[in-house]
Amino acid sequence: MGANTIVTTDASFDADVLKSNIPVVVDFWAEWCGPCRMVAPILEEIAGEYAGKITIAKLNVDENPVTAANARVTSIPTLNVYVGGQVVKQIIGAKPKTALLADLAAYL
Amino acid sequence: MTTEVRNLIIIGSGPSGYTAALYAARAQLQPLIFEGAVTAGGALMNTTEVENFPGFPDGIMGPALMENMRAQADKFGAQFITDDVTAVDLTGPIKTVTDGSGKTYSAKAIILAMGSAYRELGVPNEKRLSGHGVSWCATCDGFFFRGQTIAVVGGGDSAVEEATFLTRFAEKVYLIHRRDTLRASKIMIEKAEKDPKLEFVWNSQVLEVLGDEQVSAVRLQNTVDGSESELAVTGLFVAIGHDPRNELIKGIVDLDDAGYVKVQGRSTATNLDGVFAAGDLVDHTYRQAITAAGSGCAAALDAERWLAHHHS
Repeated sequence: MGANTIVTTDASFDADVLKSNIPVVVDFWAEWCGPCRMVAPILEEIAGEYAGKITIAKLNVDENPVTAANARVTSIPTLNVYVGGQVVKQIIGAKPKTALLADLAAYL
Repeated sequence: MTTEVRNLIIIGSGPSGYTAALYAARAQLQPLIFEGAVTAGGALMNTTEVENFPGFPDGIMGPALMENMRAQADKFGAQFITDDVTAVDLTGPIKTVTDGSGKTYSAKAIILAMGSAYRELGVPNEKRLSGHGVSWCATCDGFFFRGQTIAVVGGGDSAVEEATFLTRFAEKVYLIHRRDTLRASKIMIEKAEKDPKLEFVWNSQVLEVLGDEQVSAVRLQNTVDGSESELAVTGLFVAIGHDPRNELIKGIVDLDDAGYVKVQGRSTATNLDGVFAAGDLVDHTYRQAITAAGSGCAAALDAERWLAHHHS
């Protein structure tokens, strides 16, 4: 796992994401998902460049089925943006960095 | 803008781009490859077991095959940029390519290998429910349909492969096809016919995807008698084929009526001097990993000869 993103789990999701003071982008991913691997280094970069403004948390859907099911994720990669415990934005599918930054602009 | 003029830039990865890179690198052309920001490795990155790539009698995972091809090109000095190309100027003797970060690169010759993108059904609610039950990637999303009843639309190899793969997770998989026979290869069809979880829905086309927040059903029309019906499914995987990714070169390079790049005779030469094309961007007939790799090889050899002739 990268140095800039954090890992969240079913157990820590509440503390890591829902109770966070800053916006959190949750990356729902899995090992076997090709597009997830493509977008991972881009998220790592964004997390580094916007440290302190936004948290990027990686949630492995294989290991954390409860949170993925609660969030009704049926396609990965899915990026959910949480502000104050609520999903305020959903980005589905791998996108280039410029497109992700545009999607996330309101929270950066 | 960088001032260095390279010999060769390859736009696109996948079997054709990486094979072109390997050949060009071995020919000491120091090729630069734009792999794509999120599409590096191409269509095979979303597949599982590839059983028909020669040299791998036990099969090989699609992503592993692409990582191997990349590593082999890398070994001979190919350079890679994991970004998209957003603009090209291919008409002069020095061609330029601009990437997603706005940087511009120049080269004497270009190989186009952008491949193809999956086709959409173009029916109501398909886009809205994309990621909420509508999917184009069985290997990514099959997992989420454990124990559910889902459908695949299409009749080619990729549709049958996806349907067979999805039976690992789903309780039942319908394969919806607008004809009463499949285009898929015999071995795939035999495998599918033996699968107790798979059921064919013949002579049917999808008119509409139904569901509020998640897919709940698809509305079908029988292509023989025109009757309409609803099929209750929680997931719909679309595998109705691909279209060439030609956005970058539309109006610049000659394309055929279906949007594939036209090449001269058995070569990979396009209508523009020093611009070559390979892989799914050219091929609407075979579209296999091995044919894409073969045409990538041909493009590198064509480019090498062209460079020797024009710039020696």
